[in-house]
Amino acid sequence: MSGTYLGMPAFPVAAKAALGNETLRGNLRHATHTIRDKREKAVAELDDWALLREAGKQIKDHTLRHLDRYLVQLEESVTAAGGVVHWARDAAEANRIVAELVKATGESEVVKVKSMATQEIGLNEALEAEGISAYETDLAELIVQLGDDLPSHILVPAIHRNRGEIRDIFREQMGAWGRAAPEGLSDTPADLAEAARLHLREKFLRAKVGVSGANFMVAETGTLVVVESEGNGRMCLTLPETLISVVGIEKIVPSWQDLEVFLQTLPRSSTAERMNPYTSMWTGTTDGDGPRAFHLVLLDNGRTDTLADEVGRQALRCIRCSACLNVCPVYERAGGHAYGSVYPGPIGAILSPQLRGIGSEVDASLPYASSLCGACYDVCPVAIDIPEVLVHLRERIADRGGKGHRLEKAAIKASGWVFDHPKVLAAGERVASRTRKLHPSRVPGAGAWTDSRDLPELPPEPFRDWWKKNRAEKNSAGNNSAESNSAESNSSAKNRGEGSAT
Amino acid sequence: MRAALFVTCVNDAVYPSTGIATVRLLERLGVEVDFPEAQSCCGQPQFNTGYRRETEPLVRRTTRAFEGYEYVVTPSGSCAAMVRRHYPEIGDAAAASLASRTYELTEFLVDVVGVTDVGAYFPHVVTYHPSCHGLRMLGLGERPRKLLEAVKGLELRELPGAEECCGFGGTFAVKNSDVSAAMGQDKVRSAVSTGAGVLCGADNSCLMHLGGILSREDAPMRALHLAEILASTEEEPWS
Repeated sequence: MSGTYLGMPAFPVAAKAALGNETLRGNLRHATHTIRDKREKAVAELDDWALLREAGKQIKDHTLRHLDRYLVQLEESVTAAGGVVHWARDAAEANRIVAELVKATGESEVVKVKSMATQEIGLNEALEAEGISAYETDLAELIVQLGDDLPSHILVPAIHRNRGEIRDIFREQMGAWGRAAPEGLSDTPADLAEAARLHLREKFLRAKVGVSGANFMVAETGTLVVVESEGNGRMCLTLPETLISVVGIEKIVPSWQDLEVFLQTLPRSSTAERMNPYTSMWTGTTDGDGPRAFHLVLLDNGRTDTLADEVGRQALRCIRCSACLNVCPVYERAGGHAYGSVYPGPIGAILSPQLRGIGSEVDASLPYASSLCGACYDVCPVAIDIPEVLVHLRERIADRGGKGHRLEKAAIKASGWVFDHPKVLAAGERVASRTRKLHPSRVPGAGAWTDSRDLPELPPEPFRDWWKKNRAEKNSAGNNSAESNSAESNSSAKNRGEGSAT
Repeated sequence: MRAALFVTCVNDAVYPSTGIATVRLLERLGVEVDFPEAQSCCGQPQFNTGYRRETEPLVRRTTRAFEGYEYVVTPSGSCAAMVRRHYPEIGDAAAASLASRTYELTEFLVDVVGVTDVGAYFPHVVTYHPSCHGLRMLGLGERPRKLLEAVKGLELRELPGAEECCGFGGTFAVKNSDVSAAMGQDKVRSAVSTGAGVLCGADNSCLMHLGGILSREDAPMRALHLAEILASTEEEPWS
């Protein structure tokens, strides 16, 4: 699989393939449940979690509302601190800017800090086309890169891989990228981490150019922030002579103090840590310390369009913690690749169709990749109402009509008319009930239901008829004789599936 | 006390027994029940599938049907959530008023009637699945469990991973039928692992999905709506 999401199939098709992969399902189930439970404990420790969540939401909303002003302020403060700010309208422009900056240094390789924005724009592939090797240094990103794979999770890109698979990838691929894996590498986490450390150390010490994203950018000071667990980020941000950061324009917070909220909510939500091991902050360049040159590439790539949508814009609050992925029962079963984007899971289902539009098959299918169970909204540390945005995007897709939706619209209109005429509805229910013995157990065209589930058997009469006979008419006649039991004689167990009850 | 029953379209057409059970239960508790016949569907399937415009006439119809009732009771968490959460957004002031007068059955019993022991008798081993909309949108919390625990003869078994979605999700069940079925099968496996013979829920659309899987897999368990368990007494046992 090459690092591209172009031409991915619609979600249900890709999900079906993933469902058939028992190893993948086991890996995902184990990983998501472990981290889900840990997050719950980490969040429960804070008495003021609800307030922090609300504060995070408000800070983000305020910033997005005044994004123009804060972006200009950020540009001024980064420039004043010795950095250079570049503006990129889309992926192609951002990739071109970064490639030119790297070429200007005369280097042909860069080390990278894990970054969603550079994944989003396909920077590694763009650099490769320009003869520049980009080395991922985050352990999971390394696994993905060595395995010629795609990330499937925001926080743990290789969540779909287990230890044995990782050991095999290291053994087979490390040598081609640099220092080979040690002889007799086992699949214990400590051994795997040590192999990665040795392999990466060589790259850290050699690299002259580092490429990163950022979790936050402080408008008032021009400070960028990267939070991480492994320390590879700290290496990439401090050792190279040139640092290039590619950051989505929505990653701004107005002031230094605003960080106090997110530095509490992000680690607890994402890795279930009270505090992440490494928080790197840098402001422009400093003589005798760290990179000599710092470039910030501010990326739009659909964000301004997303901001224009009053309901959908809340997706831009996202701080990429991945809590929504870890609690999502759909993600847990379909895996990250089914979402056809670097942003999988619930947040991906509302972010990708907004950033990329709903033109492609996969993007138009994403808003339906949810049962609207609401678990994602509950855990989101910036209170993005993901179900609300999903329904809103479904409206947009239904409005557009197109494949499959014309028929659906006609059916919705027809059923709507029936529901608006209860007499017709009652007559229809009556006919359906009276002919119930003739209904086939597998209705043609209902395969999507009956492939795995029996259909309920219809009752002898609808509720409204029972009411008419046993309440409405009796009340008007003032008689209180025994109720007809026709409806419940068709014991509800029958039409909900029956086994032998204990 | 008087209440209007909002039976919901699925219960009306497919699970009238749940409507009957709700009527009997409420009457037993001294509530006078009305059934406004102008009611049909609350519009949730249309709304959640992205057809807001097509939802509007149903919101108007439902709002009109229940005008003037202080209490509107429905044995469905998801339809109650639709009315309470989305009617104020879609409809007018009258729709918002209906939203504030609409109660899911367990809310009505515990908060309005003020009972947890409804005098029911149901000598079976039961496990309870809290459907998502009742759990997360309405915040039903412990109400269903408290009601079940007070039922004479009933043994309640904890459902592992209870708060995970069963995979029904309305049109999700057919649009993403493979994922939906996988979620349902996992839920059924958890339910059967409790050793209970009855899988109880408070949303018949979820139970239709789970019951369909139980039936297909020939599992030693049946799905049953909470209202039917609460309606069951020693004098009039519910089958």
